Amino acid sequence: MKRADFRGLNLRALWRGLLRGDGGAGDRIVPPTGFTAQLTLFSAGAMAFLAVFALALALATGRLADRWSNQLAQSVTVRVSAPLAQQEAQTQTVLQILRTTPGAGQPRLLPDDEVAELLAPWFGPEMPVDALPVPALIDLPIADSDFDSDGLRLRLEAEAPGAVLDDHTQWRRPLVSAATRLKLLGVVSLLLIAATSGAMIVLAAKAALAANGQVIRVMRLIGARDLTIATAFVRRFTHRAAIGAGGGTLLGMAAVALLPDMQAAGGFLTGLGFQGWDWLLPLLIPVVAAAVGFFATRWAALRMLRSVR
Amino acid sequence: MQDVGFGYHGGAELLSNVTLSLQPGMFHFLTGPSGSGKTTLLRLLYADLLPSSGRIQAFGHDLADMGRDDIATLRRRVGVVHQDTQFLDHLPVAENVALPLNIAGQHVDMDALRDLLGWVQLSQQARALPPELSGGERQRAALARAVILSPDLILADEPTGNLDWDMSMRLMQLLIELNKSGKAVMVATHDLNLIRATKAQVAARVLRIAGKSLQSAGADL
Repeated sequence: MKRADFRGLNLRALWRGLLRGDGGAGDRIVPPTGFTAQLTLFSAGAMAFLAVFALALALATGRLADRWSNQLAQSVTVRVSAPLAQQEAQTQTVLQILRTTPGAGQPRLLPDDEVAELLAPWFGPEMPVDALPVPALIDLPIADSDFDSDGLRLRLEAEAPGAVLDDHTQWRRPLVSAATRLKLLGVVSLLLIAATSGAMIVLAAKAALAANGQVIRVMRLIGARDLTIATAFVRRFTHRAAIGAGGGTLLGMAAVALLPDMQAAGGFLTGLGFQGWDWLLPLLIPVVAAAVGFFATRWAALRMLRSVR
Repeated sequence: MQDVGFGYHGGAELLSNVTLSLQPGMFHFLTGPSGSGKTTLLRLLYADLLPSSGRIQAFGHDLADMGRDDIATLRRRVGVVHQDTQFLDHLPVAENVALPLNIAGQHVDMDALRDLLGWVQLSQQARALPPELSGGERQRAALARAVILSPDLILADEPTGNLDWDMSMRLMQLLIELNKSGKAVMVATHDLNLIRATKAQVAARVLRIAGKSLQSAGADL
């Protein structure tokens, strides 16, 4: 694009055009087109609605990945399996080892009722834990960075062969990886929505330019520059994209706000939506939509106008 | 215009070796049979077409060296009236007439606009939409739009083609008035009676396109 093209980038006029319903006097050269206008508004609104959900997904999965990553990295579990007669002694030995491990916090032996709670999804609530050879479970918080899980694992192997250290890495990694990919998917969705919106606006602008051949001929005849003609269409489509996206964004935010609270029922969906200052982020969607409308229409209009003398 | 030739889509030349100079205050008629290239010649003059050969200079600049924006600026110094002049049909006549001022970024003086509409006898139609105008009213509105920027050159392509004799003479009278104020005027027409009637009022030179070239029509009119 030639530098000269930006001479017409009048941000004040653009802002006025966005605020005014008719887009200003310059916009009047383009005849009102009800059906096309409604389609552009609807498309921008629908895309903004989807963008709100993609943004919510990206933010929620980002939080999920961080939470899983942080919470699970803050503790390890030691499982002690031994014949019934030696179980108590082995457990005490392991607890002693854990208490003297550098970087480790205070170990806590999970009582039978907590173990039963953990096993309830598989065995039901009435399971008699004490009647089963269930291993003892010790939760060990990690107090500081001195903690060496590999060193502790070797020490347990040597001093308490029935004890197994689980630092949650085996199942934490795929979960964090899945959450990270979901976040990436949300971001890619946002980019795709922006690109699709741009493509739709280019098509709509081209259709409007083609349908307004008479306007272009008249404007050329009386000495209008390409940029002047293009700007009339640009303001019109920027205005529509911003208004449509504003409506779609508000509807999307309302829908996200009305999502059922999954805190108690489902762990995976917990927190899907916006939290705190995150609620301000969707408000950028109409601004981005206006920018997409501005540049897409400008590109399409100048390209088309330059192709004909 | 120096040794200009032109053929559509690079095909056979419609005009060949055309040389023409339009000076301020001159009145020209351009005549010739239909399809002889009158409209093409006018389009070359306002840079709607570029010549296949030769050079066209306008206001001291070679059209071949001018960019798109320069040509747009040039057109603000050339008022064009077509037989089937187009307007922005969704805007009232007054806004259509004032459009060149808006495009040029100039202030629209409403009194001057009213005077101009009065001059072309369209005061009553100022708020009408172009499709509501008669043929004569459209031509006068086109003339008002063509002259609102006070151009140096006025090109009219068969401006009276759809008009009766009285209305044609009224339009020509307006062009004569503009010419007397120093504007160069070129009117393409094949109406010899119109040429004769106009020549009775103004010193007009008559050019004829014949055999792809431009000739002086002489005294046979």
